[in-house]
Amino acid sequence: MTPATPVVSRRFLLPVLLLSLLTGCASAPAPRGSGDLGVVIERSIGQVQVVNTTSKTALAKVPGLGDLSHASVVFSRDQRYAYVFGRDGGLTKVDILNASIAKRIVQAGNAIGGAISQDGKLVVAQNYEPGGIKAFDAETLELVADIPSVDMNGVRSKVVGLADLSGNRFAFSLFEAGEIWVADLSNVKAPKVQKYSAGKQPYDALVTPDGRYYIAGLFGEDGLAMLDTWQPEQGVQKILAGYGKGEQPLPVYKMPHLRGWSVAGGKAYLPAIGRHEVLVVDTKTWKETARIPVKSQPVFVMARPDGREIWVNFAFPDNGWVQVIDTLEGKVTHTLQPGKAILHMEFAPRGEAVWLSARDDNKVTVFDTRTKAPVAELKAESPSGIFFTSRAARTGF
Amino acid sequence: MKPAISFPCICLSGLGLTAALLPLAVSATEVAVPAPRAQELVHMVRQDCGSCHGLTLKGGLGPALTAETFRQRPAESMVATILHGRPGTPMPPFKGIINEAEAQWIVQQLQAGFPNE
Repeated sequence: MTPATPVVSRRFLLPVLLLSLLTGCASAPAPRGSGDLGVVIERSIGQVQVVNTTSKTALAKVPGLGDLSHASVVFSRDQRYAYVFGRDGGLTKVDILNASIAKRIVQAGNAIGGAISQDGKLVVAQNYEPGGIKAFDAETLELVADIPSVDMNGVRSKVVGLADLSGNRFAFSLFEAGEIWVADLSNVKAPKVQKYSAGKQPYDALVTPDGRYYIAGLFGEDGLAMLDTWQPEQGVQKILAGYGKGEQPLPVYKMPHLRGWSVAGGKAYLPAIGRHEVLVVDTKTWKETARIPVKSQPVFVMARPDGREIWVNFAFPDNGWVQVIDTLEGKVTHTLQPGKAILHMEFAPRGEAVWLSARDDNKVTVFDTRTKAPVAELKAESPSGIFFTSRAARTGF
Repeated sequence: MKPAISFPCICLSGLGLTAALLPLAVSATEVAVPAPRAQELVHMVRQDCGSCHGLTLKGGLGPALTAETFRQRPAESMVATILHGRPGTPMPPFKGIINEAEAQWIVQQLQAGFPNE
């Protein structure tokens, strides 16, 4: 007896195969990586653009993020989600791959930014009003801890300079109280807080890339307040004290923004307050080694990932300028005018390009960091912050 | 939605002469600024003062500058704050960037409810 013949004869096999492939393509988009992606804040329309640093193009827009006139972003550890902290206290978890809002809450009245824990499980917001920090489950955005910034005199301060440390600890500063606090959230049900006197009016802070030194810039005095988080029992130390040399400070029209991007080649490059200078400090001795005169009040002082250059932008009314410092020569080598109101700069992960937002030109311009020439432009409505997913792997970002 | 404020084109020197002849306090006289400059000032207040006071002027590092909070304050002291800053706080002096008449105009706009761009 002969075996039964198959129902589908060979004549129909190829068309059936093609049809199933086509329907397969329509329902399952090709997987893509997120390592070369980022977001650009469009500050006046409450929208972010998802951008690609390989193609140097925008992929999508995600509206509905509230007041982004000041906004800051951290990324989930899998580089899939951007947590956008908005000025109005909005906290939005944006799915970068699907260009959609995964979750959104309003957690305060006036907020300045946030951080993500070492293990990626907690997202923490720093708030001006009501002053304090709030920790959220990174998955669900459920509130898990709330630490008001009330000092021993009962005064509630604006919180600035939030940075993640190891072990789900967070360091932050209190503007009015002049204090540095370190909150241990390794057990969110029972946060432990250590408090230190820092100095007059800390306006922002950074943590060094190794997560060791927390450094708060001071507005009310010449100097910075530094805490060695590996030896906290030593307390807060002043560095660069008296750098103003008793001279009348120049007006500061916008506060500098501090991050670990200031550290390169064994030195920290820090914006002076009220002086048109970048202050250079040796990160072994914490003594000043140089000062580099620049065009105006620095706002962002950022090392290219290889540390060979420091790119600097400036406060109003000189925010149309950018300068480049060569760290080997220790001086400014390029003075650029990339556009009107350069609010932010962000290096591609390995630093071959830098993206600059030109708020008043409604564009983001991409510069080749070797040639210092523009290589691409993207349209954006009043762009401000630019954040790439490579931040996910960096402590303090 | 606030109606756009019309900017009559009265030149500043003419206004200054007129003000010198009038016995009224400067703050009681409505100050006018030529339209292109007025547009620049609106942009500056929203965008650059807005760095600290918020694009919506609802506050940030600096206090809110909404009409409600502003109306309670005497105009002269607000003009002085804009021009000379507030020592001991992050509020810087804007003299050299804007002149006194422009500062007065800004204060009047803030009291009335600041226009959008």
